[in-house]
Amino acid sequence: MLRLVNVNSCYGLVHVLKNVSLHVGKGEIVTIIGANGAGKTTTLRAISGLQPVSDGQILFEGQVITNMPAQKHVAMGIAHVPEGRQIFAPMSVLDNLELAGLSAYRRFGRKQVKTDIGIIFERFPVLKDRQGQYAGTLSGGEQQMLAIAMALMSRPRLLLLDEPSMGLAPLIVKDIFQIIENLRAENGLTVLLIEQNANAALKIADRGYVLETGRIVMEGDAEKLLSNPEVKRAYLGRDQKEIWE
Amino acid sequence: MPYWNEAIECIDMEELRQIQLEGLQATINRVYKNVRHYAKIFREIDFVPEDLRSLDDLRGLPFLTRNDLSRNYPYDLFAVPLREVVRLHTTSFNFDEPIVIGFTRNDMANWTELIARNLFALGVDRNDVIQVSLNFGSMSGPFGFNAGAEHIGASVIPMSAGRFMEQVKVMRDFKTTVLISNPTFALQVARSMDEMDIDPHSLVMKLGVFGAEPWGEGMRSEIESRLHIQAFDTWGLTEVFGPGMAWECPEKKGLHLAEDHFIAEVIDPKTGEVLPPGSEGELVITTISKEAFPLIRFRTGDITRIDESSCPCGRTHSRIARIFSRCDDVVILRGVSVTPGRIGRILERISGNTPVFQMVVDRKDDVDQLMIRIEISDRFFFDEMKKQRRFVEEVHKAVSESLGWEVDVRLVEAGTFDRYKQVLDMRRFD
Repeated sequence: MLRLVNVNSCYGLVHVLKNVSLHVGKGEIVTIIGANGAGKTTTLRAISGLQPVSDGQILFEGQVITNMPAQKHVAMGIAHVPEGRQIFAPMSVLDNLELAGLSAYRRFGRKQVKTDIGIIFERFPVLKDRQGQYAGTLSGGEQQMLAIAMALMSRPRLLLLDEPSMGLAPLIVKDIFQIIENLRAENGLTVLLIEQNANAALKIADRGYVLETGRIVMEGDAEKLLSNPEVKRAYLGRDQKEIWE
Repeated sequence: MPYWNEAIECIDMEELRQIQLEGLQATINRVYKNVRHYAKIFREIDFVPEDLRSLDDLRGLPFLTRNDLSRNYPYDLFAVPLREVVRLHTTSFNFDEPIVIGFTRNDMANWTELIARNLFALGVDRNDVIQVSLNFGSMSGPFGFNAGAEHIGASVIPMSAGRFMEQVKVMRDFKTTVLISNPTFALQVARSMDEMDIDPHSLVMKLGVFGAEPWGEGMRSEIESRLHIQAFDTWGLTEVFGPGMAWECPEKKGLHLAEDHFIAEVIDPKTGEVLPPGSEGELVITTISKEAFPLIRFRTGDITRIDESSCPCGRTHSRIARIFSRCDDVVILRGVSVTPGRIGRILERISGNTPVFQMVVDRKDDVDQLMIRIEISDRFFFDEMKKQRRFVEEVHKAVSESLGWEVDVRLVEAGTFDRYKQVLDMRRFD
């Protein structure tokens, strides 16, 4: 469904993504793990059109979307849940959801958006309970749920999740990851998940890629990566001076 | 038609090429960082991993030879710390050209998967009884079959080779359904069955998977008729995994490669130029899933052709033609590779200089035989009978010990053989 071929990206003169090639098949949960600063968020932003790609190609369902304006991605079926939740704090939960439904409103009409909000409330009862509350008053886990719900409002086929576990208590992380798994199982949603919490991500992912200073250094089935000590090394970002002791 | 992993074995070619590109880039990134040898040769050609933007760019990278592997003995080509290596294998172990191959847990799991694909394609399942009659030792071969067959759930009998009467008894009593061995072993077992008056039709053995040495269609027919089984070819390199890297499906139209684990190229052995599919040349392997011991453009020495067309079995990975010849000086004797260099070094150690010699290889009663002819020259004490006899005895002892079986050593007059032909292979593989 999604294919990256030799994607390169720079922040000014700093070359942060170096020939990143990866793919996500329809219905898969794929994760990119790596240390801070490895380039994971940059990769997601490049896919979403928020970060310019200096070289290489990004294809979605066979179509080239490299450097396509960000707003067009949503209409194409790609939704991005950014790092740090980034919901609209001074607006109510319901308002957040309706705002997120703008693209769907344009494409499918008002009635569809209303139905979709109903479905969201069924799936996330806590959001229904708090629908009148200011989004800024929700707990971290509830805000993460809202952020994911907002992404779902655009009726995506591919969900890009940037560090959903960040700042959340372990039990809440478990809930969030369960939600992601359910979305794939029940809705056939394809998910590309960026995580520092390599363990949690690899437990629900089918496959993973390890990013280290802008380069993919490892790829494979999630269980193979879980049992690989080098993965832990890449994730923790330790430097190797001598390969063996 | 049984596929162990249909999603991969019948994968769309474009998706396969994407998987190969990803695996290759990840491998190049890892070896550039972790393996001194590759970092050095890449720097020499001014190559950085970012320069590899397509599978075709692989052609710009230098080759890796067995010499490179033994020069980096023991661990200099390992891409992971030794503590992550759970298995160490060698190619035909000898101290002159030693090669050590490491496997991580994932490498072993990947190899097991390849063997499972090989066996499952031939109809092997948990009801089968597999007799693994390859020698269990430092070479990897039989361990892969052990693991792969167990993974499928079959019952595995680790027998090693030799002891033919015992092997036949096991086949009869343990109700072996699948034989895994060298093809010559299969013929020797057939002979033992005749001697023991056991009718192969009375056994439940239905198929055999054979490899580790070249064997032609003539031998296949003989094995199939004498043992009353279907015989299939399998190929691999201990330097990568072992057998199971390419194997015949029931169609017997070439050996299916595992292109999600390595990239195969065919080159002109003299120029190094990559040849198009269909042309015959030397097989070059680049691993894209190996963790401990990744190889970039490893020259196998095996001569074959790549066939990219789809097989009637439905598998989409390319196939290679059966391998009967080599372009290097390696000769396979009793399933193990031997080079004239190895023999030459033994002679040098014993005599102090380098005599002119020739290896004459033949096969008698389906067993490979080696006769080493050494030229008597002026430098070679040609008129001292006692020294000659002692020399022949020493060489005989040293070579027989090195190979593990008795060889024949003769001193001959100058001009008896073509001194530029170090190996005279009298065997016919058909």
